[in-house]
Amino acid sequence: MSTPLRVLVTKIGFDGHDRGSRLVAAFLRDAGHEVVYTPPWQEISAVVTLALQEDVDVIGVSSLATDHLIVPDLMEALCDAGLDHVEVIVGGIVPDNEIPLLTDAGVARVFGPGSSREDIVDGVEELGRSAQQRKLSRGGFEA
Amino acid sequence: MTVVGDDDTASTASPGDSLFDRLRRGDAAAVARALSAIETGGPQADVVRGRLQSLDGAARVVGFSGPPGVGKSTLVNAYIDELRSQARSVAVLAVDPSSPVTGGAVLGDRTRMGNHTSDPGVFIRSVASRGHLGGLALSIPSMLDVLDAAGFDDIVLEAVGAGQSEVEISHFADTTVILSAPGLGDDVQAIKAGILEVADVLVVNKADLPGADETRRHLEAMLELRDTVTSPPVLPVVALHGNGIGAMTQAIDQNHAAQDASCGPQRRASEALRQAAIAELTRRIAADPELDRLGAAIHRGDINLADAVGALINRAASPDERNQP
Repeated sequence: MSTPLRVLVTKIGFDGHDRGSRLVAAFLRDAGHEVVYTPPWQEISAVVTLALQEDVDVIGVSSLATDHLIVPDLMEALCDAGLDHVEVIVGGIVPDNEIPLLTDAGVARVFGPGSSREDIVDGVEELGRSAQQRKLSRGGFEA
Repeated sequence: MTVVGDDDTASTASPGDSLFDRLRRGDAAAVARALSAIETGGPQADVVRGRLQSLDGAARVVGFSGPPGVGKSTLVNAYIDELRSQARSVAVLAVDPSSPVTGGAVLGDRTRMGNHTSDPGVFIRSVASRGHLGGLALSIPSMLDVLDAAGFDDIVLEAVGAGQSEVEISHFADTTVILSAPGLGDDVQAIKAGILEVADVLVVNKADLPGADETRRHLEAMLELRDTVTSPPVLPVVALHGNGIGAMTQAIDQNHAAQDASCGPQRRASEALRQAAIAELTRRIAADPELDRLGAAIHRGDINLADAVGALINRAASPDERNQP
């Protein structure tokens, strides 16, 4: 089996509906990946610290009550912390006309209602592998 | 992530500042990268291990273990509070189990350490056991070396929720704290062999619940029956509210004071070598076609078990000779 991806599944802002994020965490676990799971109500700075310390490849942000509107702030904070190799996806309820707001800010994919387990797992795996490649290409430890 | 704008502004490194230099300064991103390299294995892991050799820091390693749900993560959180109040920098390795079926894992220990996420003096890393039995993960010794080299004052090691035989933590920790809680078993459980025997400090967590005094008495009675000169203290703690953490910290400090501090890194190296050698031997034996042939020969009565074991180990020790007739 190849190296598992490390994925942070989290929620930012005030929305506490965490059934979806737990389900997605379980999907990714069952696909053989390592999921760092947080409860809802995370601050953006906390998500950045988590992503940095846990060296994750992908961040999945669940949003069901307009918290996707602060995801662009998260993208900026990740970039400032040197984490622009990390892929970010958003899942949950995002109105169609607000999807460009996220993709323009650098969000790789938005998974809306009706997304299947396969869609999510395949999407995360493809993005995660490319994030790993990007990180490797930036050089590592020298003997 | 393809962010609009300049792609490389984010780097915190100055020119000529290598990733390893940053690690030595305790830079969180470099430490995280080194831990990943160790976990992933391969050339980068060898490079990191090579550069870590004989770079002992002065970190104290404290291990926490006990059954699932006993309150390990909550106690670790309270212990971090205590260490931070003494202005000591802390790194935590929190091990959770990987699925034996898919290899996946949900790492949720740090959920209970959330109030330390914004503290730059605390570095927390979740580790999946990746199929390793014994309560930790195969990469743990080298990961401890990384954190030691990064200059943390204290390293806290939280084991997988342990049953009765996951005693590995005591090989790597300078001080091992074993948790119990009321309602987990009777006095017969307390006298069984297992993790209670490797404790330097015993904690009865959730000591505000009914039955806590009884749990404590069972543990103390168990200790009295043991034929040892010194017994670990049995300390009541309510980790959730921070009660009893001061006394626990004192007991940990006393145990450290009684040890030769320079032994830790060398003990880790020996134990890591032992484990790596066993893993390599296991891999070679599992891949040896002679395993099944010898198994069949034992079954027929052509060879006894001890001779077959000797034959297999000799073959595993010199794999180059396998191709010879």
